[in-house]
Amino acid sequence: MQVQVADTPLQSNAPTGDIRTAWDRHRFDIKVVNPANKRKYTVIVVGSGLAGASAAATLAELGYNVLCFCFQDSPRRAHSIAAQGGINAAKNYQNDGDSIWRLFYDTVKGGDYRARESNVYRLAQVSVNIIDQAVGQGVPFAREYGGMLANRSFGGALVSRTFYARGQTGQQLLLGAYQALSRQIADGNVTMFPRTEMLDLVIQDGHARGIVTRNLMSGKLESYCADAVVLGSGGYSNVFYLSTNAMGCNVTAAWRAAKRGAYFANPCYTQIHPTCIPVGGSYQSKLTLMSESLRNDGRVWVPKDPKHCWDEGSGRLGADPTTLGTEQRDYYLERRYPTFGNLVPRDVASRAAKMACDEGKGVAFGGRGVYLDFAEAVGRLGKDGVAERYGNLFEMYQRITGDDPYSTPMRIYPAPHYTMGGLWVDYNLQSNVPGLFVIGEANFSDHGSNRLGASALMQGLADGYFVLPYTIGHYLAQVGARPKSTESSDFKAAEDAAEGRIKKLLGMSGTKSVDSFHRELGLKVWEHCGMARTREGLTELLGEIPKLRERFWSEVNVPGNDRGVNQSLERAGRVADFLEFAEVLALDALTREESCGGHFRVEHQTEGGEAKRNDEDFSFVSAWEYTGEDSQPVLHKEPLDFEYVKLTQRSYK
Amino acid sequence: MKITLNVWRQNGPNDKGRFETYVRTDVSEHMSFLEMLDVVNDDLESQGKEPIVFEHDCREGICGACGFMINGVPHGHRARTTTCQLHMREFKDGAEITIEPFRAKGFPVVKDLMVDRSAFDRIIQAGGYISIRTGSTVDANATPIGKEIADQAFDAATCIGCGACVASCPNAAAMLFTGAKLSHLNLMPQGQPERYQRTQDMVTAMDAEDFGHCSNFGECTVVCPKGISLDVIAQMNRDHLRAQWKLRSS
Ligand SMILES: Cc1cc2nc3c(=O)[nH]c(=O)nc-3n(C[C@H](O)[C@H](O)[C@H](O)COP(=O)(O)OP(=O)(O)OC[C@H]3O[C@@H](n4cnc5c(N)ncnc54)[C@H](O)[C@@H]3O)c2cc1C
Ligand code: FES
Repeated sequence: MQVQVADTPLQSNAPTGDIRTAWDRHRFDIKVVNPANKRKYTVIVVGSGLAGASAAATLAELGYNVLCFCFQDSPRRAHSIAAQGGINAAKNYQNDGDSIWRLFYDTVKGGDYRARESNVYRLAQVSVNIIDQAVGQGVPFAREYGGMLANRSFGGALVSRTFYARGQTGQQLLLGAYQALSRQIADGNVTMFPRTEMLDLVIQDGHARGIVTRNLMSGKLESYCADAVVLGSGGYSNVFYLSTNAMGCNVTAAWRAAKRGAYFANPCYTQIHPTCIPVGGSYQSKLTLMSESLRNDGRVWVPKDPKHCWDEGSGRLGADPTTLGTEQRDYYLERRYPTFGNLVPRDVASRAAKMACDEGKGVAFGGRGVYLDFAEAVGRLGKDGVAERYGNLFEMYQRITGDDPYSTPMRIYPAPHYTMGGLWVDYNLQSNVPGLFVIGEANFSDHGSNRLGASALMQGLADGYFVLPYTIGHYLAQVGARPKSTESSDFKAAEDAAEGRIKKLLGMSGTKSVDSFHRELGLKVWEHCGMARTREGLTELLGEIPKLRERFWSEVNVPGNDRGVNQSLERAGRVADFLEFAEVLALDALTREESCGGHFRVEHQTEGGEAKRNDEDFSFVSAWEYTGEDSQPVLHKEPLDFEYVKLTQRSYK
Repeated sequence: MKITLNVWRQNGPNDKGRFETYVRTDVSEHMSFLEMLDVVNDDLESQGKEPIVFEHDCREGICGACGFMINGVPHGHRARTTTCQLHMREFKDGAEITIEPFRAKGFPVVKDLMVDRSAFDRIIQAGGYISIRTGSTVDANATPIGKEIADQAFDAATCIGCGACVASCPNAAAMLFTGAKLSHLNLMPQGQPERYQRTQDMVTAMDAEDFGHCSNFGECTVVCPKGISLDVIAQMNRDHLRAQWKLRSS
């Protein structure tokens, strides 16, 4: 596939010299806004998740005037609330040899050498401040009997650096940030706009100056002008329709910014989580994650004989697994990866499950599921021992499936979970559009092509509490405070465009629901751009997306009007954006002729079936510039240089 | 399964509202309650009719967005379960199910099953935090916190802000919600400096909203999807009493 590549490489603007002192030197070198002048600046923050809430609260504490937006009825309900497992930090409280350097190294390696070293090093550095901050706010992390913070090892890390609050770490961290935000709202430093959706970005004289929003209660379109715009609008896993993300997660804010000129980086880096509850039927609306920790004691297997598996004709999920003897089972992870066994990293475990099911050995609806068996663990630890470790997860599983995992194996299958790709940002978290900053899952920055468990919470909070609040000052100090008015042709044009789109959607009177298109898109993207991708599949997908989009724009039915609450209209707008965005996702996957992390190209694998990188030709970030509806995006490359971490092929045999 | 639904439809805050009946014969017992409503809505939408408005987001029982009355009980009859986690296998084939919005003065109906719970945010804004600035803290392990206190604070902190407590209370009181946040913060050492002022401010904010007073029915704790205990109300009342004395004498 031929694409147009821009001549000049993208600059990360990272400081040169020793990486260990880079952030300190940078903070000294960048411009600082005079405290007395901060009130004159207004910053828009879109999103109230870990990234958005922490940024909005901190910017307000510093004295900036902040406008914060979210689509839920309360900032506390952002999708971050659902994170379960924990948050990493290089505290080395366990004295097991952790350090900033080790966290940095693990993250770059875990990301399969597709992340920017300077950003990752800074992330590891500020990770320790995040835990201090959260504890100061009253976040009730797990403790040991002596009163000190407890840690666990997570996602195959060799050290215990994960802080957690039972299975609700995201909830507790988000409530901490939400409370800090609430304090600033009460003090009048933040104006909060819940139930308000950003529909467009406004650019004036080449700088991001504001947004157009829709009030989801009244339906009114409104514009807001500021000195800088920060997007913390989350990831785009819902392009697959079925994912572990909350139903409202969307790409709209990021995609609208991309259409206004912000580059979209590495969209094909998506993470598939290996242990989720499988699809139960065609009505399925989302997939539920079962914590990765279950693989510490559960054994993964499928029946050797397809006749003990899913039967399409009768709709039977599989033979009663407890009646199958050891010789009738294939513990495929233990067989293929004797050293790591059931604990291989997420991408490896996910692909292996797909492979088993592709061979007709699936044991759930549609033949898409494998067993995660605790019989051996119950024998070893007793039922109580297992309950102590996983009680709440087992309860959740039983509530959803009706099966009791103490007596029969769980059924699990991989599901889309996280997106490493996002809007391109430099070391200052600023996009290529001056004045547009992107934080949290919405940017592409720190995880390369695969994110380690418990590192998303760390990154979102690092961005919001400890990085953006400094780096944005550098920009603001340079441009100075400007008059804030939405009375200009740029604002008017963006508002008109948003209104036109809404009118068009409401004018549709076909016979299909919005969700039916989202499902169809999701199935196609999952099929061809999910766990394993091929040239043919991606080419086919690229041909099909425009057709589906066309059908959407003639067959969908969006009832109701634009005044007041209209959830169909909200969803329709998001699905329309996914239908555009999916194309650049597929294009990115097609043009990255290598396998790395979450991006597995069937053509590029080792003899043993593992991902094979091509460092020679693909050690770069792909940042796509939107060039119009009917023209192909232009590829901008940011070369990745590895000065500190030695590139190796990952092996878990 | 065959299911007959009586659903409250109300066009807006000023509409009188009425029940509408929908009958489905294709319900699978494995569907979640909201997936069952999705199917109803999908049909309505493809016929150009307005779907039933209800709130939801995570569908994992943690964001607190979902919630309405199912046969008169917030989130339905299954204990410790949010609406989004309720599954159709909990109902009998042929069941008739009535769903309506939370009914409480403090939660005005917006549309159909959607209510306005912003009063909860205002209560938190009044003092539901520890006033520290980003970066101004000591090392996380500088203050040891006994496991017991940490666990107790955690139990209170698990509140998801869904509002079921208010909806179940004959007085529509918000004591369990407010008490949960106060217990969380007031139990921990970090929360001590502002303990009494916080209690005073949050209780005042709660009283300023359209919530009633607690008369110890205890319905709230029964319907709470996180099983938050009435202890948090007792703790709040104690702290509130002490607050009035302390704040007056200082
Ligand atoms: C089930 C699950 C478990 C997880 N567990 C872990 C874990 O254990 N550890 C870990 O590190 N990570 C975990 N993750 C990943 C992590 O939770 C997320 O990556 C992270 O919370 C994202 O935070 P965020 O602030 O970037 O975005 P979000 O929390 O998604 O917030 C997005 C915000 O943007 C707003 N928004 C979006 N679009 C618009 C718009 N158009 N207009 C206005 N507002 C908008 C939303 O209202 C919301 O406030 C998990 C993820 C899932 C799905
Ligand atoms: S949808 Fe989040 S708690 Fe039910």
